[in-house]
Amino acid sequence: MVHNMPKRKTKKGLSQAGKIDIPSYKSKAKSLGYLEDLAKVSADQKKNMLSAGVDPSQKGRSGTYLQMDHSVVHSESLYPGVEVMSTTEAIKKYEWVDNYFWKVVALDADEFTRQAHNQPHHGYFLRALPGVKATYPLQACLFINDNNIIQNVHNVIIAEEGSDLQIITGCATASDVKRGLHIGISEFYVKRGAKLTFTMIHNWAEDVCVRPRTAALVEEGGTFLSNYICLKPVKNLQMYPRAELVGRGAVGRYNSILFAHPGGVLDVGSRVILKAEGSRAEVVARAVSAGGDIIARGHLKGEVAGIKAHLECRGLMVTEKGRIHAIPELEGTVEGVDLSHEAAVGKIAKDEIEYLMSRGLSQGEAQAAIVRGFLDTSIMGLPDTLQKEVDEAITACEKEVF
Amino acid sequence: MLKIKNLTVKVSGKEVLTDINLRVKKGQTIALLGPNGSGKTSLLMTIIGFSNYEITQGSIIFKGRKINDLSIDERARLGIGMMFQRPPTIRGVKVRQMVDLIKGGDFDIDRAAGELNLREFLERDINLGFSGGEIKRSELLQLLAGGARLSLFDEPESGVDLENIALVGEIMNRILKRDKDNSALIITHTGYILDYVKADEGCILVGGRLHCMGEPKEILKTVKKHGYEWCITCQREKPRKGSHRPEK
Repeated sequence: MVHNMPKRKTKKGLSQAGKIDIPSYKSKAKSLGYLEDLAKVSADQKKNMLSAGVDPSQKGRSGTYLQMDHSVVHSESLYPGVEVMSTTEAIKKYEWVDNYFWKVVALDADEFTRQAHNQPHHGYFLRALPGVKATYPLQACLFINDNNIIQNVHNVIIAEEGSDLQIITGCATASDVKRGLHIGISEFYVKRGAKLTFTMIHNWAEDVCVRPRTAALVEEGGTFLSNYICLKPVKNLQMYPRAELVGRGAVGRYNSILFAHPGGVLDVGSRVILKAEGSRAEVVARAVSAGGDIIARGHLKGEVAGIKAHLECRGLMVTEKGRIHAIPELEGTVEGVDLSHEAAVGKIAKDEIEYLMSRGLSQGEAQAAIVRGFLDTSIMGLPDTLQKEVDEAITACEKEVF
Repeated sequence: MLKIKNLTVKVSGKEVLTDINLRVKKGQTIALLGPNGSGKTSLLMTIIGFSNYEITQGSIIFKGRKINDLSIDERARLGIGMMFQRPPTIRGVKVRQMVDLIKGGDFDIDRAAGELNLREFLERDINLGFSGGEIKRSELLQLLAGGARLSLFDEPESGVDLENIALVGEIMNRILKRDKDNSALIITHTGYILDYVKADEGCILVGGRLHCMGEPKEILKTVKKHGYEWCITCQREKPRKGSHRPEK
């Protein structure tokens, strides 16, 4: 998240990922009609949604939010006690919802937060009522269907006290979309004793720029687990989500799986601020460069004694080109914090490739197996149902990537 | 099956094998003996084709075809399989995935893993945190799943407890007896494995040179009594290739 970052870092981050000319994108998009039946999305849209983990059949889902360009195309909850609607609708429905907008993400953090505020195009509102434990994941998809548009969404996700909510969210583009800009503000609220597992798969087109601005607030005994997967080519992506653990025993965990294609720039980090005794955090990143640049950041800040947090980044270079720059930061402001990190960046080991080749795999197959293994999602500690879905999405994605 | 002619090999510019001549006939199993660093593993790694092992002279002929310039996977597909002594760890690639990729149509992974006491290892990353014995059994599982005609076993018994040596031997026999023409080269330090797997011949490598061939247990007995130095002397005294001088 950018708004609370030291100024120097913000500038560096943005300059690494490149300047974006917001007015060069179309701010108007054709209005798309509401689809009562999700099965009516086109075959191409379906394929791209599936690669981002969103299944139009809604099989094994607690509900769906689908937005294309600037239109809400489908919004439906299939599980009692789980709410799914656009943020525009939530504002109309609940007076109190204002308390959840621009609270953990600052409105004036940067040009992108201001853009999302000034020209909002909906976004999703997902909420689990107190004590509701949804068996299946909820799915949300932000889709860019029209070429060269800007999509500014503002998402609010609330896991009320004692609830358990899993969300799989995919961002994707239609196959004929070449260029676009996606700005996504996401604010997460994990109430006392609640658990929120949020898994985001990006499946953008090569020339799409992406600026998520995300933060989470985790109360006492709450758990926030955030997974981010970006395997498909993307022109440039810059994000630095932040979780604030404000309640005793709160847990925050970020996992990122990143793959940079030639010419792509991924400047991605995760930050956890531990503000309450007994809170714990873990940030894990796996980064592969096949010729693109990855800046893998991480920042853990312990503000009270009795907290524990660990940061881990592993980078794998598959070609001579590209770059992986791991920037782990640990910051303790009092005595009695336990913060640690480990980072390793290396190239793909020849003896591993040759070992697999000795079993009959070609060099390309061996390399792909090693890279896929390196990007193993089992590190994410996902619930079984979600693990299966994520693996299927990754397999669909990998077929195009490798 | 395999013919090695005048083979000289360098690793990082240093000669590790010199003028090796060796023939493994169809259905034949040969035990390779020799002290540490004598070139035994280098010979197997050169046969399978690891890129660090540079052939500077000579040729390797497998099933009548010169394979010097074939890639490792091409050699594997031709029917050369290897049980590695110290294979690398492949993070994120599960043993089951690997066996799935290499197995023949009717191979029952779970059954084979059960026989090798490896069932719970199928879902683990290849070699990650495996003990010496577990590595051997995992290597055997992979070799068993593939269809190697020439198997290269690099110290199959090292790190394996006594209880499991018989099991390792049994699986090696199964790999070898799938076809009467299947052949093998077995590196052994102790010779224990030869109590379970019958070797037709033994040969000794010292200092990168092949010194003699003969009845494997006889050779082992001699080595145990006189040490490998004796082989060098023996070679000096009687430089005839392919002969073993029985103990007097």
